[in-house]
Amino acid sequence: MKALPLAALALLAVVPAVRAADIPVDLSEPLPPKAVTWSFEGPFGTYDRAAWQRGFQVYKEVCSACHSLNRIAFHDLTFGFSEAQAKALAAAAKVPADPNDKGETTDDKGERLTRPGILADHFQPPFANEEAARANNGGALPPDLSLIVKAREGGAAYVYSILTGFHLTPPKGFAVQDGKYFNPYFAGGNISMPPPLAEGSVTYADGTTASIDQEAHDVVTFLSWAAEPKMEERKHIGLGAMVFMLLISGLLFLSYRRVWKDAH
Amino acid sequence: MATTTAPEPTRRDFIFIATGAVAAVGGALAAWPFIDQMNPSSAVLALSTIEQDISTVQPGQQVVFKYRGHPLFVRRRTPKEIAEAKSVNVADLPDPLARNANLPDDAPATDANRGVHPEYLVLVGVCTHLGCTPTVSTPQVPQGEYGGWLCHCHGSQYDTAGRIRKGPAPQNLAIPPYSFLTPTRIKVG
Amino acid sequence: MSGPSTYVPKSGFARWMDSRLPLARFAHDTMLTFPTPRNLNIWYAFGAILTTMLMIQIVTGIVLAMHYVANADMAFDSVENIMRVINYGWLMRYLHANGASFFFIAVYVHMFRGLYYGSYKTPREVLWILGVILYLLMMATAFFGYVLPWGQMSFWGATVITNFFSALDQITPHWGSAVATWLWGGYAVGDPTLNRFFSLHYLLPFVIAGVVGLHVWALHVPGNNNPLGIDVKGPQDTVPFHPYYTVKDAFYVALFILIYLGFVFYAPNFFGNPDNYTPANPVVTPPDIVPEWYLLPYYAMLRSVPQKLLGVLVMAGSLITLVFVPWLDTSKVRSSRFRPMMKQFFWIFVVDCLILGYCGSQSADAMLLSTSIPLVWVARIGTLFYFAFFWLIMPLLGLIETPKPLPASIAQPVLSPAE
Repeated sequence: MKALPLAALALLAVVPAVRAADIPVDLSEPLPPKAVTWSFEGPFGTYDRAAWQRGFQVYKEVCSACHSLNRIAFHDLTFGFSEAQAKALAAAAKVPADPNDKGETTDDKGERLTRPGILADHFQPPFANEEAARANNGGALPPDLSLIVKAREGGAAYVYSILTGFHLTPPKGFAVQDGKYFNPYFAGGNISMPPPLAEGSVTYADGTTASIDQEAHDVVTFLSWAAEPKMEERKHIGLGAMVFMLLISGLLFLSYRRVWKDAH
Repeated sequence: MATTTAPEPTRRDFIFIATGAVAAVGGALAAWPFIDQMNPSSAVLALSTIEQDISTVQPGQQVVFKYRGHPLFVRRRTPKEIAEAKSVNVADLPDPLARNANLPDDAPATDANRGVHPEYLVLVGVCTHLGCTPTVSTPQVPQGEYGGWLCHCHGSQYDTAGRIRKGPAPQNLAIPPYSFLTPTRIKVG
Repeated sequence: MSGPSTYVPKSGFARWMDSRLPLARFAHDTMLTFPTPRNLNIWYAFGAILTTMLMIQIVTGIVLAMHYVANADMAFDSVENIMRVINYGWLMRYLHANGASFFFIAVYVHMFRGLYYGSYKTPREVLWILGVILYLLMMATAFFGYVLPWGQMSFWGATVITNFFSALDQITPHWGSAVATWLWGGYAVGDPTLNRFFSLHYLLPFVIAGVVGLHVWALHVPGNNNPLGIDVKGPQDTVPFHPYYTVKDAFYVALFILIYLGFVFYAPNFFGNPDNYTPANPVVTPPDIVPEWYLLPYYAMLRSVPQKLLGVLVMAGSLITLVFVPWLDTSKVRSSRFRPMMKQFFWIFVVDCLILGYCGSQSADAMLLSTSIPLVWVARIGTLFYFAFFWLIMPLLGLIETPKPLPASIAQPVLSPAE
């Protein structure tokens, strides 16, 4: 499906608002994810490249402060950027350097020595280890996002609903825990992540208006790709496989009828 | 009761030939991924070209880097070593070819054809006999009679241009495709 | 019965080999000329489908093993490496994971076919028991295989299943825990467990292949059963396996593969659990541990019994029951086509298995739909019916049922095609 700028508007039209009165107090089963259409759903779906680029920008400028994306290498970005752009993004990243001639890996201040990244390098995590991540996030561990879309029931719709589900008022009688935020799309209703997206959190390079819905839609497109970069190839080969199997099934059926013609 | 024999094929039915042919094609197409998965993956191919900083190599010294899983010898030659390499008559060499991936296959093994920059020698550090890593010869610790390299496995000796002079190795040490990006940075592969 | 071999070697080399190792004769007699009932329907194609799926699993499995690393620190990453970096790795992985599900779909159809048409009855008792052994080997193989990606479900599923053995502590103190420790190679599921599960997962499919050989041999002694359940009376009742059933089976195999590939390419994670895309964490248990769908009925039976040891014994009992089926069914009539009461109970049994599967998929404290009936009571009734079907209904039916009259022979109804 070719991406249309109107897709962004159509998206907003599809998602109905949830009223506070509709939210149950017991959120051990969270609200079902919002119904959203994606460019990549269905047997002919593709990752809309413009949304992917915008989504990368959202990840880089907002999410990467707390969430790693360890399984993506800079080379993978040639999916939606040119090789030169991917190389530049890699070079801007600081990658832990190999030990120097003296065998040191840290400088005099104890900081890890780094070198500019190359295409083969992976994205660097924001925190050195789990303990540092928890210490910087009130004890909670922001999960790596490389597989988040496949690792959650509801997939892309679930992640999108979480990101856009923060503005709702808790129902009467619901206790919002200390240090947590209300989000009825999250099991239990109390999520440790503060609302990450706001109107204009990023200024899109292509000039698209950066509403929360738009940012969420774009970053989920990007993260869906991160979880399943081979999807387009899979569906493309799948089409050939289905056509072939239908053909060979038809031929075998005719062969079967020919063989059995005289047997009855 | 009518007994049944398999339909006597006086001519092969077209449908059977068509089915067999389509199945054979399908089988070949299906087999390809199983074969291709053993080919180098994208991670391996990503490292098939590297950029290497060679500013740490001192005159008369060799530093060994990694390239495609092999040792990459970068040697900075002294004027004496360069002169030695230039003085050799190519016709006397066991292997008269340059073995330089940056030049045509039939280029002769003159010293000029063994590198881009006369001072630096960039070689794949794999002995052309059976694949061991040759040891570099230094003035303090000479290896072999030609001042280049000695392979301790079976005694092959290379000169200061990495050309085989003595021993069982059939070819000069290979020169990979490379170029200088800056005076101290090379791109290999 | 196949009678004497009619193979005639056609070349000098063929004669030479035939007198030394008669492989061509063996193939000719078992796969070309083998007399097969002429009235086999679609449900008889699942043996060939199963053989195909076994070969697909072995080939894709060997290929995956070239890239997989069986170490607790690297296993999950190695699978993601296969998915993202190895050429067509994603295809190999999805073929193998979905192949397991389709292997089980095929085996359940195959087993239900055997029950419906009385294929377990004399003289095919050993054939049936070999089938039960194959089913158990498949479950073990699938269980070991699911642990290998070392996701949350891999780890916690392994923990739950291996903890069954600690239930034996209630029989002999410390013995069950000793068995569990021996299985784990440590005090909990960990790296030693992963490594040995990989070794066993690689081994068992070849054991399966060997037992399949015995299974087909045991089939070929009496020959195939058929939808009418009556014996073959002569050559008019049979056709040579080739080309009649080679081509017919190939057609059904192609249809099955078509559906299988539909999932591989367009819904590759349909049968899976999202929790297995989270790396294993020994200190965080997922809220709902569920095995893969093909083990859900047993999971439901296990959880329906509140006592730990009894639950394990009930689950084991449900599998051991299958071994006795040839003797539990007292009817002299094989095929349910002529057994109106058995036919009804069979379908209720099928629905019972589906209900048990559903119960197994829900959390332990779930309610039945939107009622306040705990689902565990549905599972209890389902478990009771499961055992009643084999131990009460099957024996009783043979005594009280009036079967419909059987046709005189296989060939006779074929003259007015009932295909």
